[in-house]
Amino acid sequence: MPWLRQISVASSSVGCPILARSLGKSGIPRRSHAWGFLATGILLATIALSSACRIDMHVQPRQNPLSRSDFFADQRSERPPVEGTVARGQLHDDTYFYSGKNGSTPGDYMPFPVTKEVLERGRERYNIYCAPCHSRVGDGNGFIPSRGFSRKPPSFHDQRLQKAALGYFYDVMTNGFGIMPDYASQISAQDRWKIVAYIRALQLSQNATRADVPAGQTVPSLAPQFRGQPGSGATLPVVDSASASHSEENR
Amino acid sequence: MSQIFHRSTNTMSRATIFGAVFVVAALGWMAMEIQRSPYVTYAGVRKPQPVPFSHQHHVSGLGIDCRYCHTSVETSSFAGIPPTKTCMNCHSQIWTNAQLLEPVRASYRSGESLQWTRVNQLPDFVFFNHSIHINKGVGCNTCHGPVDQMPLMYQQESLQMEWCLDCHRAPAKNLRPRDQVFNMRYQQPTSTNPVIVDGQTFMDQMSLGSALVKKYGVRSVGDITSCNTCHR
Ligand code: HEC
Ligand code: HEC
Ligand code: HEC
Ligand code: HEC
Ligand code: HEC
Ligand code: HEC
Repeated sequence: MPWLRQISVASSSVGCPILARSLGKSGIPRRSHAWGFLATGILLATIALSSACRIDMHVQPRQNPLSRSDFFADQRSERPPVEGTVARGQLHDDTYFYSGKNGSTPGDYMPFPVTKEVLERGRERYNIYCAPCHSRVGDGNGFIPSRGFSRKPPSFHDQRLQKAALGYFYDVMTNGFGIMPDYASQISAQDRWKIVAYIRALQLSQNATRADVPAGQTVPSLAPQFRGQPGSGATLPVVDSASASHSEENR
Repeated sequence: MSQIFHRSTNTMSRATIFGAVFVVAALGWMAMEIQRSPYVTYAGVRKPQPVPFSHQHHVSGLGIDCRYCHTSVETSSFAGIPPTKTCMNCHSQIWTNAQLLEPVRASYRSGESLQWTRVNQLPDFVFFNHSIHINKGVGCNTCHGPVDQMPLMYQQESLQMEWCLDCHRAPAKNLRPRDQVFNMRYQQPTSTNPVIVDGQTFMDQMSLGSALVKKYGVRSVGDITSCNTCHR
């Protein structure tokens, strides 16, 4: 019983931190009002007894991120913007950047130049947010759908998606597609475009020939050598630096 | 008049006066130990959650990256707890009938938040910031322990001031390359398992650490141990 613990903890009066933690900073769920009164009474008495012990700095009258507020009906301290208002920098007047479309047709160009940094960021974000389902190479054989999705994601390397416009991928990420959820709240607009660039790079890499490699760059003939422990599943394994730099140039 | 106290009382009272020093010292030691014990710090305590969410299953079993759910950890002080929508990305398809997940579905239907119980919590007078630690190469598991092996989340470290300071006084002993921060199985370099950064091979933590301190521009020990870094 949490309140029993609370009282015993408080009355052991070992020191302030205990008191503070048991006073709601511990995350112990709140009790009903009757117990609340009793517990508060006993706690107040304990505070009075353990002189000079102040906890008002531990639990300050402010809202921490995602904390609960009894002031608002939905108990969220984080408020949505008032309807009809636009926060600074959130006007989204660059419609192509925020929708991937010109009118209602998806456009086939990037809103910013693609550099090596853009592709690297795109790869990182793709591996976090898309790879669980679409797999790291984009063939749609990720692990999650095999655990019970009613449809498998399509391969990015089939004819239809090879030809799809860049803006189309952006639109799928922003609004979802079929049973695939949207990722607008998890990935910023900037990062979504970087993922688009990386998906296009994945597609090109699947049908590349030797002639596509710029003069003076080498293509590793072997798969990269992994070293030591594999990654945790959440992260890539460490690649030997020599072979890593080759595959980088190739991207 | 006969003596009230036996002769031996003399020795006993001397011993008691002398012994009291030890009793006081022992009490002090006990208080300190209690102060650091999990009873006070809540380290290792698994708290009741609305849904028995398993990091072990989702992280090491399914290979999902921390950032898929804790989206703001690299950019803000707050790591972020995923909204119900994030769970429904997958659970609108997987285990759609499981009783275990009913609170998640109910929350999605009604729009009311799931109320997770805080596990790690500092007092309000301490300022903490995730993004700086992540960007200067402190791994999640340095502070949170083996999250990928936790069926239920618990607090690994004491989160007391001495623990923070222990690292702030010598950050080099805990730093790792930035791309390994989210790797729960990262191991510090040894001669059999070196770590390569920018083409340079490191065989032990101290040389790697001091190279990373330079590379990431970690501020001086004086700066990050001054009181107003954490109490502002
Ligand atoms: C939870 C699993 C999951 C994740 C994560 C996921 N997808 Fe999907 N995706 C799917 C499924 C399932 C489909 C097939 C949808 C259908 O046919 O109804 C799909 C389809 C697609 C399509 C094809 C649309 C078409 O025309 O067929 C694209 C493009 C796509 N996803 C891009 C992405 C990108 C980019 C990401 C990362 C931001 C991503 N997906 C993350 C499950 C996922
Ligand atoms: C599938 C989503 C998901 C993933 C992936 C995930 N987490 Fe979590 N995490 C949660 C949820 C939900 C909670 C809140 C419930 C709880 O405490 O168990 C949480 C809680 C935590 C907490 C405790 C928060 C507190 O209350 O103090 C820590 C620490 C944490 N996660 C670290 C990690 C780390 C490190 C990783 C990557 C290895 C990770 N998480 C991956 C969903 C996720
Ligand atoms: C990327 C996909 C994905 C996301 C996001 C996700 N899960 Fe899961 N979850 C799974 C899969 C896959 C399983 C296991 C199915 C299996 O192995 O048969 C699972 C299993 C579970 C289980 C049951 C069994 C167990 O052993 O833990 C619970 C409870 C659960 N998830 C809760 C959550 C909660 C709460 C969230 C949101 C914070 C969440 N999941 C987010 C994919 C996901
Ligand atoms: C330097 C130590 C440290 C590192 C590194 C660290 N955390 Fe934390 N984490 C904390 C502390 C301390 C808290 C409690 C914060 C508070 O109460 O304000 C916390 C809280 C959290 C929470 C609860 C929500 C919040 O922000 O208060 C989550 C989730 C979390 N951490 C996830 C992570 C993930 C994921 C990583 C790795 C990317 C990580 N942490 C790295 C120390 C750390
Ligand atoms: C494992 C090592 C480690 C631990 C543990 C750790 N820190 Fe840090 N902390 C660092 C490093 C490294 C920096 C970066 C210093 C810099 O700015 O160059 C840092 C910086 C900070 C900053 C400066 C942020 C800013 O914006 O100026 C704060 C505040 C901070 N830590 C608070 C804490 C608190 C509070 C704890 C304990 C709950 C803690 N740290 C535990 C390594 C650690
Ligand atoms: C690295 C971050 C950090 C720095 C630097 C730091 N503190 Fe703290 N301090 C903490 C944390 C974390 C706690 C909370 C400990 C707990 O919850 O048990 C704390 C707690 C305290 C407390 C309250 C103890 C209590 O239990 O009520 C005092 C007083 C304090 N610090 C004084 C100082 C002074 C004076 C300095 C400068 C010499 C300082 N701190 C520097 C992190 C820091």
